[in-house]
Amino acid sequence: MTKKVVAAMSGGVDSSVAAARLVDQGYDVVGVHLALAKVKGHAGGKGCCTLDDARDARRVADRLGIAFYIWDVSEEFQQEVIENFISEYAQGRTPNPCVRCNEKIKFQAVLERSLALGFDAVATGHYAQIFETPNGPTLHRAIDNKKDQSYVLSVLNQEQLSHTILPLGNSVKPDIRKEAEERGLITAAKPDSHDICFIPDGDTAGFLHNKLGQEPGKIVDVETGEELGKHDGVFEFTIGQRKGLHLEKPRPDRSPRYVVGTDTKSKTVMVGLASMLRVDVVTATNLIWCGPTPDSQFDCTAQVRAHSNALKAKAFHKDGNLTVEFLEPLNGLAPGQTITLYDNTRVIGSGTVVTTSRS
Amino acid sequence: MTYLDHAATTPMLAEAIAALSAELAQVGNPSSLHASGRRARKVVEESREKIAAAIGARPIEVIFTGGGTESNNLAVKGLYWAARKKDINKKRILVSAVEHHAVLDPVMWLGEHEEATVEILPVDNYGRVLPETLRKAFEKNPHDVALVSVMWANNEVGTIQPIAELVKIAHEYKTVFHSDAVQAVGCLEVHFQNTGLDALTFTGHKVGGPQGVGALIAKRDLELTPLLHGGGQERDVRSGTLDAPAIAGFAAAITTAVSQRVARANRLSLLRKDLIQKVQENVPDAVLNGDPENRLPGNVHFSFKGCEGDALLMLLDAQGIECSTGSACSAGIPQPSHVLIAMGKDETTARSSLRFSFGSTSTHDDVDSVIQVLPAIVERAKRAGKTMVKK
Repeated sequence: MTKKVVAAMSGGVDSSVAAARLVDQGYDVVGVHLALAKVKGHAGGKGCCTLDDARDARRVADRLGIAFYIWDVSEEFQQEVIENFISEYAQGRTPNPCVRCNEKIKFQAVLERSLALGFDAVATGHYAQIFETPNGPTLHRAIDNKKDQSYVLSVLNQEQLSHTILPLGNSVKPDIRKEAEERGLITAAKPDSHDICFIPDGDTAGFLHNKLGQEPGKIVDVETGEELGKHDGVFEFTIGQRKGLHLEKPRPDRSPRYVVGTDTKSKTVMVGLASMLRVDVVTATNLIWCGPTPDSQFDCTAQVRAHSNALKAKAFHKDGNLTVEFLEPLNGLAPGQTITLYDNTRVIGSGTVVTTSRS
Repeated sequence: MTYLDHAATTPMLAEAIAALSAELAQVGNPSSLHASGRRARKVVEESREKIAAAIGARPIEVIFTGGGTESNNLAVKGLYWAARKKDINKKRILVSAVEHHAVLDPVMWLGEHEEATVEILPVDNYGRVLPETLRKAFEKNPHDVALVSVMWANNEVGTIQPIAELVKIAHEYKTVFHSDAVQAVGCLEVHFQNTGLDALTFTGHKVGGPQGVGALIAKRDLELTPLLHGGGQERDVRSGTLDAPAIAGFAAAITTAVSQRVARANRLSLLRKDLIQKVQENVPDAVLNGDPENRLPGNVHFSFKGCEGDALLMLLDAQGIECSTGSACSAGIPQPSHVLIAMGKDETTARSSLRFSFGSTSTHDDVDSVIQVLPAIVERAKRAGKTMVKK
């Protein structure tokens, strides 16, 4: 029987081509635009979930001759992504809302709803690949290294992966644009979205101030305890940050200082030298295996940002707790970030960083 | 394909297509003075006379517009501004809670931008404005009301308002009364002069005419401030070149629809009865909304417990059955229906609703097609409803 697929269509070029490819492959495709925020009136033009984007997605669906609906997931998005984002920052952690959205919205709320409605799978325009193996589906990096989005999908378990289709993983971005143009899709020349979609102006600090108010505190030298400045809220600061500190006193040797830690209780931001950012032992919870559960101890590479390099490491896990020991130290890793483990191009799984230290 | 969304728009009648097509092939601006213009003008004026006859009005009382939304805007804003021009204290607008957005939104706009005091008239569980509700609203201050606007019959749940009684009360307080009769004309007996209304909205595409043309029937002496300024084609109240082909189609449609009204209404109410009964038999926890008796003959509106209307609509669509959630679509995101909320339903119930509306092409086969798939679809939508994260 023909597989019925929900193609999540953001109104961008990637999800447009993804939907088109599914149609070509003979799936029974329904286009769904996820309304992540209740926006009224005009569109900002940037990021997701604007009216223009919904209209573009609809025009692509027209072109493909598929049914198209808008699903309102704004309440789920507000609760699971935006509120979580704010509360994580309030607790001094640095969350990745795109990872969270994939975990809770696209591949949970939307996938479950789709399956319940009689669909077999959800497809997105993410750049990553899913391979079927005798041990179930596995998630791999896209062939386009620059666009690879396996990191933000590393929260999908095998059950979710078995109902997920990623039609773009074997392509490079320039080809996707070309293909969109050849197919006559209205989204062919749309710029990529970069910022957090619910903070279209990119001013995360302003957004957090708006939600959390002013929480003034001190900026101190982590070695001497000397007060070097003031701030309006620890949530403005992320470990590894150098800019925007406005320190009153430079170090005698003029070497730059970075945020090396924050304490939400005393509202203190600690700064120190670059060397103090270097960590090589990371613990994490919220473990999700994207394939078969690995041995309790294994070699891997580990990646801590969407587009950073994966570094060689040893991983240990027990009772849902993960410890990763990097062979070489890395810089500026904050609690709350997602750490993703790879075996070559295959995603082993991921966790949420709890602590970092130097061995 | 099972088309059960006639309240959204209904197929054009053959008479309308013929009249519209014939006129499309002609040249002539009805305002031009030469022979071609005179010919077009004759078509427009004959259409005006037909429409007036069909609706129980005088030809001079017919103001052509671009459709229901424009007619409602012209009535609400035009009457408000005209009333205030005469008496600056007339600031209050009385409007039912179940109006279409084409009435509610201009009223709210006047509240936000033109100092109007908006008073929403509550409705009972069937969606009716009770006459005493209107009287009480007047008694608060009998002298400050600029206009009353209450629809003839509700587009979502089909409930028919006690228009004649409401008009009588408004006139006791010497206040003008407008009614949006878009859903009523062609289905119910609508006679403009007999009801004593001051202004009445209706539109072509709900009676088997083309989209994009409608009329506001306004008493000859009614003062209306124009919205569209320009050539002053329609009594200096509405400007814009008249769309002779659309008007010809509109007139043909309404003439046919009104002449066949009783027979069609009887036929549609049998279909309505059939569908209501079969839905209740096959989906026992479905709840019929609106007045069970005194409702539009082609309207069936149910809430399906535990389901989202959008999911039901999508699943029915996939089976070739076309209906509506009946809810207004704000910014592309379905909102819970303000009509159902006003009738005392909670938000979840309001979101769980579907409207099936019958029209000229509907048959009992359509009812059977729905019933064949509906129980399974409701079960599926219930399962899907449980998956969504709840507050």
